[in-house]
Amino acid sequence: MKTRRDFIKISAVGTGATVLGLSAFGAKKFKWFEPKIEGPVSDEDLTPYATYCEVCFWKCGAWAYVDKQGRIRKIVGNQNDPHCNGRLCPRGTGGVGMYYDEDRLKTPLIREKKADGSQEFREASWEEALDLVASKMKEVKEKYGPEAFGLFNHGNPGGHLEHLMRAYGSESNAEPAFANCRGPRSSAYFATFGAYIGSPECTDIRDTGCLVLIGSHLGENMHNSQVQEMSQAIDNGATIITVDPRFSTAAAHSTHWLPIKPATDIALLMAWIHVLIYENLYNKAFVDQYTFGLDHLKEHVKNMTPEWAYGITDIKPDVIRKTARAMAGAAPAVVIHPGRHVVWYGDDTQRERAMAILTALLGAWGKRGGLYIPEGVSVPKYPQPHYPEPEWTWKDINEGKYPLATMGITTELLKASVPRLNYKHQVKAWFVGGTNLPLAMPDKKLFKEAAEAVEFIAVMDTMPMEITGYADVILPEATYLERYDFIRSSPNRVPNIAVHVPAAEPKYDSKPGWWIAKQIGERLGLHDYFNYDDFSEVVDWQLKQLGTSLEEMKKIGVKEYPRKSGPLYLGDGEEFKFNTSTGKVELYSVDFADEGFEAMPVYKAHPEPPQNFYRLIYGRAPMHTFSRTSNNPNLWDLMSENAVWVNPKVADLWALKKDQEVWLKNQDGAVTSFPVKVRVTERIRWDSVYMVHGFGHSDKKLSRAYGRGASDEELITNIAVDPIMGGTGMRGNFITFLKDNPATEVKEDKA
Amino acid sequence: MRYAMAIDTKKCVGCGDCVVACQTENNVPHGYCRDWIVESVDGTYPSLSLEFRSERCNHCDNSPCVRCCPTGASHKAEGGIVLVTHHKCIGCGACIQSCPYDARYPHPEGYVDKCTFCIHRVEKGQNPACVDVCPTHCLYFGDLDDPNSDVSLALKDRKWKVLAPEAGTKPQLYFLT
Ligand code: SF4
Ligand code: SF4
Ligand code: SF4
Repeated sequence: MKTRRDFIKISAVGTGATVLGLSAFGAKKFKWFEPKIEGPVSDEDLTPYATYCEVCFWKCGAWAYVDKQGRIRKIVGNQNDPHCNGRLCPRGTGGVGMYYDEDRLKTPLIREKKADGSQEFREASWEEALDLVASKMKEVKEKYGPEAFGLFNHGNPGGHLEHLMRAYGSESNAEPAFANCRGPRSSAYFATFGAYIGSPECTDIRDTGCLVLIGSHLGENMHNSQVQEMSQAIDNGATIITVDPRFSTAAAHSTHWLPIKPATDIALLMAWIHVLIYENLYNKAFVDQYTFGLDHLKEHVKNMTPEWAYGITDIKPDVIRKTARAMAGAAPAVVIHPGRHVVWYGDDTQRERAMAILTALLGAWGKRGGLYIPEGVSVPKYPQPHYPEPEWTWKDINEGKYPLATMGITTELLKASVPRLNYKHQVKAWFVGGTNLPLAMPDKKLFKEAAEAVEFIAVMDTMPMEITGYADVILPEATYLERYDFIRSSPNRVPNIAVHVPAAEPKYDSKPGWWIAKQIGERLGLHDYFNYDDFSEVVDWQLKQLGTSLEEMKKIGVKEYPRKSGPLYLGDGEEFKFNTSTGKVELYSVDFADEGFEAMPVYKAHPEPPQNFYRLIYGRAPMHTFSRTSNNPNLWDLMSENAVWVNPKVADLWALKKDQEVWLKNQDGAVTSFPVKVRVTERIRWDSVYMVHGFGHSDKKLSRAYGRGASDEELITNIAVDPIMGGTGMRGNFITFLKDNPATEVKEDKA
Repeated sequence: MRYAMAIDTKKCVGCGDCVVACQTENNVPHGYCRDWIVESVDGTYPSLSLEFRSERCNHCDNSPCVRCCPTGASHKAEGGIVLVTHHKCIGCGACIQSCPYDARYPHPEGYVDKCTFCIHRVEKGQNPACVDVCPTHCLYFGDLDDPNSDVSLALKDRKWKVLAPEAGTKPQLYFLT
């Protein structure tokens, strides 16, 4: 499609550099015009349906507005929802595009092997597709036991499949959201405070005096309420300190930007800790009363001075001191943001530990403007029999590695699927729900080998994706706008719940995730676990236990409950026992020491790019989430491809021009399938390049996203595994530029 | 009455939510937009500054697009909102040529379209859709003649600029710096 102009214009220098002027359009039509396209409708003529956004994991409460013809016209935030305060992010506003996308999976598909050996998908009835999945599940159970049926899950759809699998007898599940994303921080904050940081994270940004972002791109990752609160913090004049090798959006809005050398964050954090302790800036009352191990820590950081860190991080000692003092000055109203996608260099749990320790020294745990004490609503379980006890679970797959992992590790599940690797517990078949594994997993080779080794793959999704290409059966799922689903009860400042009500019938022949899980369950004789005709019965039953009803929730969408766990913040000097071995905040982690890990974080040097190679840094754009939205017509309009950010010095060296297409090759010889445009910008260091994750789709059925931009995932072959919890550090890859199509190069070589 | 918008460049993150909200609110066809984002970077690494600007029609006080429209389709409505009456537009494109801000686009159905400040909402006392959706709350809208309107309050204590003042169009979009 030809766009009139870019939705986003990038002007190289200062203000006033907007591209002006535009030629008039085509042949002039000299006639009075009768518009056919409908204009805006007023809100009074639309019917709002309560929902919560599922474009990303923030799950913002929303209203889907439907017109008299039954069309979903727009989606707006629910005023009463603390996840969004009445405002969605661009992806949430563009959620309509997910519903209208004409590339959606429309009907069940079954892979068919033809006589000549070729394979293709054919349309199938639901009956046939569900029968096939159920029969394969029976077969696996008989041959290997139900545990051999693994599940890769994410979000609500994954939840229904998890229920099915557990009823069937398998707990061999893993989601990329743990080991490929936020796992290190779970393990680190749990080890330090005996509590999880939660989602949304319990960061009290709105009242903070100092917000510290370490590789956390608020504004580019649109974690809705946090972006809103950062804006409030700016209005309140809070100090914002952003540590990032890239001049991110957050960096541009910060008081201090620390352009750190990549992979050296722990050194900076330890130097900050050094300053707080040796300049006596830490919160003595908090530390004395609640923490364990200050003496150990003091000794440990003795030589980790700002001067020491300068040599490692490129951040000047006076800047390290100044920023540490700014934190101390605002303490305890300081948010050291734990970040979200935190798997970088394989020592990520230790980096997160350093952040947790810093938080503790500032006394910022359980304090206004620091980390608040979150509370959720516990939704009663719909009556069902106990799940059978599996003989082995995801924990056993790890074979004793990663003792502090709290969830299944995706890479381990993949490895257990490869017979060559000889895992004690072998996975023979997969169910995949709501995650596009080939673009969500590092190490494509491992993924391919595993996918080829398993006997059967069933995929449930709303869109054709790379993962559907590997499926034996594809089950088209209805979007969140077309189904009832779990009650949302994520912890927040005030406990609250939100519901989904379908705003429209499922388009095409798609079906809600709960329905798909139930149909398979029924075929497996698991009716007692699916004892309802419609999931709305479950939701209504649960809501009644919570003193409300579906009827009421349809009108309000979100409901708040009074806190039961006590106030949002810890009172001054209040007694509090932390859920750790010592009952205290562990500056020195007894658990880590017991397991043979370092009890306090240590900086270790990481490899640097070889000559002519650049560190690959990837991240988010505000208008997309994972690789799931690249084909969404509304969001594609905003950003249809990624670009590789290159510093002008590097561009000069390579004679790269703006918008020139290049292929990227990494240190292991992996090359992007598609070319990517060069963006020459000062916003990136000369030793690194940057690209937005989630592009370079190779499925032709994505008519918009196919072949647009390049996939960072293809270049992530070197993975630094975190020994503590199995996180897959993905920032240790280096790329170089190929100016000619590598495919043609090969051809020419042969000729 | 003088409707105007102020945009706080210290808070805008360039997310484009305002663009999507406009698209769904006003049924703007795919591939076109009434508002858009400009990202401008200044300096060299690591001494840099970056500004995001959500831009749209400036609803200029002295609007060349209205002056040059041969049919009167482009006109000024109450409060200075510049509008195009679709059925009177012959699609000649004169207004597109005359606008120094590139604020108008040719609708595929043959008429010229642009930001209306969501007049259908404003008439009911609501804000334009982009203002109500913005997650950083960096857009302020209202009547400049009312000292207590959001836009007047936003402009009161801050420095601001307008785009291309040299064009003499007297734009009503103020960028807080
Ligand atoms: S942050 Fe955006 S995409 Fe995520 S749930 Fe909220 S509105 Fe949806
Ligand atoms: S929605 Fe707000 S923050 Fe996002 S680009 Fe528009 S004006 Fe900026
Ligand atoms: S910005 Fe352009 S279209 Fe809008 S009033 Fe000014 S001249 Fe006219």
